[in-house]
Amino acid sequence: MADEKAPAEEKVARPGAVDASGHPWVRSIRAALPDTVVSAKEFAGQVTVVVQKDSIARVARHLKDAEDFKYCVDATAVDWKTRDPRFDVVYHFYSFSKNARIRVKCGAADGEEVPSIASVFLAANWCEREIWDMFGIRFSGHPDLRRILTWEGFHGHPLRKDFPLEGIDTGAAVYPEEWPEGGGPSQKDPNRKVVS
Amino acid sequence: MSDEKISQAEKDEAAYFAERAKAGAAAAQAAAAPEPGTLFDVQEMELNFGPQHPSTHGVLRLVLKVDGEKILEAKPDMGYLHRGTEKLFETETYPMGIPHTDRLDYVAAATNNHAFCLAVEKLLGVEIPRRAQLIRVILDELQRLSSHLVWLGTSGIDLGAVTPFWYAFREREQILDFFEEYCGARLTLNCMRIGGLPFDLTPGWTERVSEFISDFPARVDDYEQLLTDNRIWKKRTIGVGVISAEECVEWGLTGPIIRGSGVEWDLRRAQPYECYDELDFVVPTRQNGDTYDRYIVRVQEMRQSARIVRQCLERLEAGEIRGKVPRVIKPPAEEIYASVESPKGELGFYCVSNGSNRPYRMHVRPPSFINLQALPRLAKGHLVSDLVALIGTIDIVLGEVDR
Repeated sequence: MADEKAPAEEKVARPGAVDASGHPWVRSIRAALPDTVVSAKEFAGQVTVVVQKDSIARVARHLKDAEDFKYCVDATAVDWKTRDPRFDVVYHFYSFSKNARIRVKCGAADGEEVPSIASVFLAANWCEREIWDMFGIRFSGHPDLRRILTWEGFHGHPLRKDFPLEGIDTGAAVYPEEWPEGGGPSQKDPNRKVVS
Repeated sequence: MSDEKISQAEKDEAAYFAERAKAGAAAAQAAAAPEPGTLFDVQEMELNFGPQHPSTHGVLRLVLKVDGEKILEAKPDMGYLHRGTEKLFETETYPMGIPHTDRLDYVAAATNNHAFCLAVEKLLGVEIPRRAQLIRVILDELQRLSSHLVWLGTSGIDLGAVTPFWYAFREREQILDFFEEYCGARLTLNCMRIGGLPFDLTPGWTERVSEFISDFPARVDDYEQLLTDNRIWKKRTIGVGVISAEECVEWGLTGPIIRGSGVEWDLRRAQPYECYDELDFVVPTRQNGDTYDRYIVRVQEMRQSARIVRQCLERLEAGEIRGKVPRVIKPPAEEIYASVESPKGELGFYCVSNGSNRPYRMHVRPPSFINLQALPRLAKGHLVSDLVALIGTIDIVLGEVDR
């Protein structure tokens, strides 16, 4: 790993995140939808707005119509395991006229439903399906909330922090009637994995 | 009876039948009027397209609802190549994540490496030395050429144009040789590091690349001669999969697709990274938004990429290839989104750090995945054979769709 050696070891001083409550976009959301913004920060020129979970679709609609964030870049989630609420659902929007991005987040507890923004941005449809598949967060009002990368009937949500990295014995977990416990790899097989 | 009389009777009979047929046709037409355009009953049929179909460029499965040859509905089904890359990122240190990015869009590994490194560098706040920036741009653009050449060859072959494939892969082979000479790999390059590059260029590399690049526009002319004015190619692509600029934005389509619909938007121009802001290049656009226009945009992009490589080679000076990066990479507990213009569109990495030496969450915004989402919209109403053209024009790589 000779090429992994860095030429110098030096701590890089970096300004941390600053509060962005005064940012015009945040103020615009506050003005249009009072009591929705929880907090706002700016780091490395990227604005992050944390909003109430129930108002996420309205915030998305406001950003699209009033602030010209017409392009939904991406939607994903983060599992914080022990935090309450457990998940963050993260959206990125881009505005062509401003040439700028905004990140909107909302918290979601395990088992809670988040309002879908697929009716606001068509692009969010598959992103939300992926979040459901990978994290098990349901979206209310989504037109077609099925698993997308794993198959329908898969047991578990792979990107949750408590999902085992080595995977699960999906045969036994999904089709117990066709694939009885122990019907896959032998009970004595050291590589045999079962759902914990 | 005389012959005249017989023929008269025959004539009367023929006239009668003709009249009757006319009335029958009118009645049938009237009956069919509520559902115009269907001579027979709609015979809906479900058809599995893929995952082992050669024109799906990997393991994409489409569940088609067809009426004869016409597509009523197309439902993509993917995940056959899901390897849990995002989970793997979480379990390994930042530098160990770079080889995994090679396996996302495996025909454009350099841009994947680039986007990953860019995200971590933004998080760390590291400056990249100028030489490293220029070499990164050269690698990116060579990668764009090779990716577009794969696209040109394979989507041509899908539509029956076999000849361009051999020309395109001849040039791609040379580009892969350049990569092999630089980093030892041809496909899964792993050719960038956080803060710079792993190696400096080998002696004579720049001369060889420069020779190739000066020759390249003539090669593009060759491909264009085979396809651009080819009547069959035009018939198969013009007016197929038309999408407007507004719809492109609504679906989140990026890359050559949005540029083919008339939006001059390229991350290299809109939000320049590395040294793209000082380079002179044109963002090619077309207005119609059909498969043919996306073809023209990609071909023009190849010419522009060659221009960019030439400019970078001219500017190349001796210098450092790695910035000041701590030996153990522990970014502050923040989050960042960084994206590059990959050959397919906007490739972004969303990285959440918790201050440790491993990413807490690393999400990929894959252009192929988002672009594929519009396929059902594009395919509706077209023929099954046009679907092949549409999959080609979206330019998907299933490694990136499924991750």
